[in-house]
Amino acid sequence: MSSTKHATEGDDAVTRRDMLNITATCMSGVGAALALWPFVHQMNPAEDTLALATVEVDISSIAEGEAIVVKWRGNPVFIRHRTAAEIEEAQDVVVDTLIDRQADNERVLAGHDKWLVVIGSCTHLGCVPLGSKSGDDKGEYGGWYCPCHGSHYDTSGRIRKGPAPRNLDVPEYTFVTDTLIKLG
Amino acid sequence: MAEWEAVKPQNKALAWFEERLPILGLVNNVVGPGTPSPRNLNYWWNFGSLAGIMLMIQIISGIVLAMHYTPDTAVAFDSVERIVRDVNYGWLIRPMHANGASFFFIAVYIHILRGLYYGSYKAPREVLWMLGLVIFLLMMATAFMGYVLPWGQMSFWGATVITNLFSAIPLIGEDIVTLLWGGFSVDNPTLKRFFSLHFLLPFVILGVVILHIWAKKVSDSGNPLGVEVKSGADQIPFHPYYTVKDAFGLGVFLIIFAYFMFFTPDALGHPDNYIPANSLVTPDSIVPEWYFLPFYAILRSITFDLGIPFTDITFVPAKLLGVIAMFASILLLFVLPWLDSSKVRSGAFRPAFRKFFWILIVDLIVLTWVGGQKPSLVIAQVAGIEFTVVNLGLLGTIYYFSHFIIVLPILSRFEKTLPVPESISSAVIKTAS
Repeated sequence: MSSTKHATEGDDAVTRRDMLNITATCMSGVGAALALWPFVHQMNPAEDTLALATVEVDISSIAEGEAIVVKWRGNPVFIRHRTAAEIEEAQDVVVDTLIDRQADNERVLAGHDKWLVVIGSCTHLGCVPLGSKSGDDKGEYGGWYCPCHGSHYDTSGRIRKGPAPRNLDVPEYTFVTDTLIKLG
Repeated sequence: MAEWEAVKPQNKALAWFEERLPILGLVNNVVGPGTPSPRNLNYWWNFGSLAGIMLMIQIISGIVLAMHYTPDTAVAFDSVERIVRDVNYGWLIRPMHANGASFFFIAVYIHILRGLYYGSYKAPREVLWMLGLVIFLLMMATAFMGYVLPWGQMSFWGATVITNLFSAIPLIGEDIVTLLWGGFSVDNPTLKRFFSLHFLLPFVILGVVILHIWAKKVSDSGNPLGVEVKSGADQIPFHPYYTVKDAFGLGVFLIIFAYFMFFTPDALGHPDNYIPANSLVTPDSIVPEWYFLPFYAILRSITFDLGIPFTDITFVPAKLLGVIAMFASILLLFVLPWLDSSKVRSGAFRPAFRKFFWILIVDLIVLTWVGGQKPSLVIAQVAGIEFTVVNLGLLGTIYYFSHFIIVLPILSRFEKTLPVPESISSAVIKTAS
């Protein structure tokens, strides 16, 4: 066979053995990488953690201008009953001047302007911003203020000042009735 | 490299063993009479062995604590309180471990600063220096995870803030954070893995410490004059001279350590960590342990995006830039041997370098202070413009990086250094006149 001839050529010639060595090394490399995956993936959320699906919240007792904090998937969720002035303030902002450009109507459900539902975890480094309790510092824009690194959010939960890169996230939710919200 | 001196014990059984595994030879050649060392090491050279002893104290006290601690969010906080209140001598061992971390960092910081002043990072000790930095990084990871274990408010929120740093990584950041948490927030899976890794990492540190000492053996100790050993007259054996000197320093160090442990066990901690973790309430201000404050100040000082001014084009958002700056402040030290190319090693013969060294120390103290303050704190107000603690942090950060990237390269070119002595012995042995 012609290939056997190569084996007898000079030292730098590619031999069948080189080919076998390279393939074997590559394949064992792939095998080792695959064997590593379970050890990485075990760190991701387990099935029971993922199964913490939905939470229903009764919002009938939240007075205008007040907010409550509920826990969902380990994170706080702010549910705020906005006053007419707060809604107006949130809608009147020129969207182009915002850090993270989002109109107020993209952040609330249609027909439910009064209710703002956001995940209460600062998009900077995850602290819980103040402003849900009466007496809290609500920041310069009347929404929330994060005490950790000084981010100010407005009445639509949008970032207006400070190091946070994004608006407060809006979770997936629906209105079951006018006074019952289903998170998740 | 110093010669390896074999040990030949008189005792026949010992000699038989030594021939098969020269363990006495190893001791002799690392810290024994068979280890020639520069004769002029001053007390700043004590802190390496002090750091090593603190590592051992942490490992021993930590293993004992692990026998009583429960890594579960429901009972972690109480299990630590139980250690302090009910476990025999738990009142001693827990503060020993908590304050031990602080004193480990004190020893290591002085050890690193000694290296910066005396040019210990210069050839041929670059690898020795880098191994030290690896130890430092591992220590930071270990200390951070250890602080999470008592599951108080600072534990929880410190963990939340620090793990969220990784969300700044473009594209995959959020997935990495979920991977670190094992959920959608810092929770039980996070606590359990931190405990496991907090147990593992000290032994990894121990391994790197062995490499660090090995590299020291290969290139020999540096010394305050920064001139290499040239003859036997420049040296004295490690034992008994430096074992005694180290032991004396250890005594002083342990007295201070004991003072904190017995009389003010919580002085270096934060009272909020005695409030059990609550994922719905962030403490008024989240402050890391004192040894992380300068790096925390650097992280917080960046509040602007990097992009083309007056346009919307952003290359690096503020959050990512802050994280990069914080990590860069340590990673930068890996290339220090090449940033400072001055032929003169020791700060003792570099008058300008010495001034900048002390400015750097002041800068680090300022950054430490800044890291512990609330970001909104206004320091001064001039013509209606507020100068906040974050602005001061930015100035400190700029100086920190300038010191290494601008000052040292310029100094190593243009500085007029003082004459360096011919040898250690000619400089330190005074001939009677």
